[in-house]
Amino acid sequence: MKMNGTFMRGLRVAAVAAVALFVAACAQTRPDNIANSTVAPGTAQDFVVNVGDRVFFTVDSSDLTAEARGTLDKQAQWLQQYPRYTVTVEGHADERGTREYNIALGARRATAARDYLISRGVGANRLRTISYGKERPVAVCNDASCWTQNRRAVTVVNNAGS
Amino acid sequence: MHVLFKRWAMMAAAVLGFVAVSIQPSSALVEINVAGGNIEPLPIALPNFGGDDAKLSADIVSVITADLKRSGLFRPLDPQSFIQKDMDVNTQPRFGDWRVITAQVLATGSVFRQSDGRLRAEFRLWDVFAGEQMLGQQYFTTPENWRRLAHIIADAIYQRLTGEKGYFDTRVVFVSESGPKDKRVKRLAIMDQDGANVRFLTRGDDLVLTPRFSPSSQEVTYMSYASGNPQVYLLNIETGQREVVGNFPGMTFAPRFSPDGQQVIMSLQESGNANIFSMDLRSRRTTRLTSSAAIDTSPCYSPDARQIVFESDRGGSQQIYVMNGDGSNPHRISFGPGSYSTPVWSPRGDLIAFTKQHEGRFMIGVMKPDGSQERILTEGFHNEGPTWAPNGRVIMFFRDTPGANGGPQLWTVDLTGYNERRVETQGFASDPAWSPLLE
Repeated sequence: MKMNGTFMRGLRVAAVAAVALFVAACAQTRPDNIANSTVAPGTAQDFVVNVGDRVFFTVDSSDLTAEARGTLDKQAQWLQQYPRYTVTVEGHADERGTREYNIALGARRATAARDYLISRGVGANRLRTISYGKERPVAVCNDASCWTQNRRAVTVVNNAGS
Repeated sequence: MHVLFKRWAMMAAAVLGFVAVSIQPSSALVEINVAGGNIEPLPIALPNFGGDDAKLSADIVSVITADLKRSGLFRPLDPQSFIQKDMDVNTQPRFGDWRVITAQVLATGSVFRQSDGRLRAEFRLWDVFAGEQMLGQQYFTTPENWRRLAHIIADAIYQRLTGEKGYFDTRVVFVSESGPKDKRVKRLAIMDQDGANVRFLTRGDDLVLTPRFSPSSQEVTYMSYASGNPQVYLLNIETGQREVVGNFPGMTFAPRFSPDGQQVIMSLQESGNANIFSMDLRSRRTTRLTSSAAIDTSPCYSPDARQIVFESDRGGSQQIYVMNGDGSNPHRISFGPGSYSTPVWSPRGDLIAFTKQHEGRFMIGVMKPDGSQERILTEGFHNEGPTWAPNGRVIMFFRDTPGANGGPQLWTVDLTGYNERRVETQGFASDPAWSPLLE
């Protein structure tokens, strides 16, 4: 998926302008977040840092919380703004369950997030899902603070950089 | 490695002229009741075999000794205490010498390297109190099969003294785990039931889960992320050949063979739901067995294939259900507090083993196929995934430990709930599946 030169140049100018604005707006109030301002809009990094790539679930549940819906609303907006991307929604479970059930539970969570994105206008053909069950934890401590982070659906931008 | 199973198949067990002819009088004296619970293990004397290779004889006897000891039913006596020395298969035991050291049974034998390169092993089992031979057998095999020879002799001793078939001449396929918890590398591996002869079946490039043995022992079905789309595969452990099972429109997982090895039963993910399908490996025909807005998974046939046990959260939490082989008449059988999962039917048909979660603890238990007489065999932070020894007397499972450095290891426990033992593996190991007795 190559872009033509003119389009790329246009994008770059827009990106530089956006970064400049962002820095001006944030420098005084949130100095810690200056690093974020270097993220170019429309990149996978932009999606992770400024939109939020993941939503979390309660134990054994695939219901979307209000917070999760808020994040998915932003994801849907971003995906409509950058229609060149497809995404994979990865579903995950915490380690406090059995393996096969967790594979299905992860799939159910990924499906819930995907269906919500579709309901917010993202084309179904841009979305695929995969479940990793409890196989890919992000937090490995032995208490609820970690298990909470692992019960998640992560939207991964696929063709970034192409 | 690919000729391994052919060699196994060619190994002949022959019963010689010296086989016991009058075993009846003694059989009542020495007998182990396997179902008895926390029994006193039977004192057995296992002196080194005679023959023409002392090292090999000692190795074989040490494998037999370890098998019998691990079963929890035998107490091998310290060879230092033996009064009668230099026993071989033709030595007449001085029974008084063995009674003095409290031996109730004595196994003697010899191993020879024949001129054709094969091993010839002979052994006798003696009832020390009756002063009679209980069993005498002879085996031929190739030298690299010496461990298997030892397991076969241990099985013969186990069977003669318990009346039940043994389970030492078996293998376990499992998932070998390495690397940090958030970046685990998982490989399919196979080993003898005592942890020896580990061989890797996959390289670790792809996530692999839940391997299960075919009744024929030469194929394994498992779940792999190899194609990017997680699916159920078949792997021939003799040839290394692998293929996807079926052409399903989504993720397939939780596979298991039917008792005749002709079907694979598994879950298919359909949007947010998982349903159970079977596929005939010859005709490739698939049959839908459940159709619920729930997670139906971990299906397992009864040994006569007339029923299927599975787990479902159709009632709100994970519970165990039994249905007919055609999917009709599903009914819940687990009703205790907590949730139930990973049901596995005993090869004897009499019990179903499961994982149970209650108040943050993970247990391994058994219940009858009608859900009655539930018994918990072990419990703790995390125990999961039971698999049965082919004689239905021992259950293997994996036990995980908490935290960043925690990881799973394989354990066995007797059906009685006693005799819990770790199976030694290099590194972490999970998802064990016990083979049938080798042919």
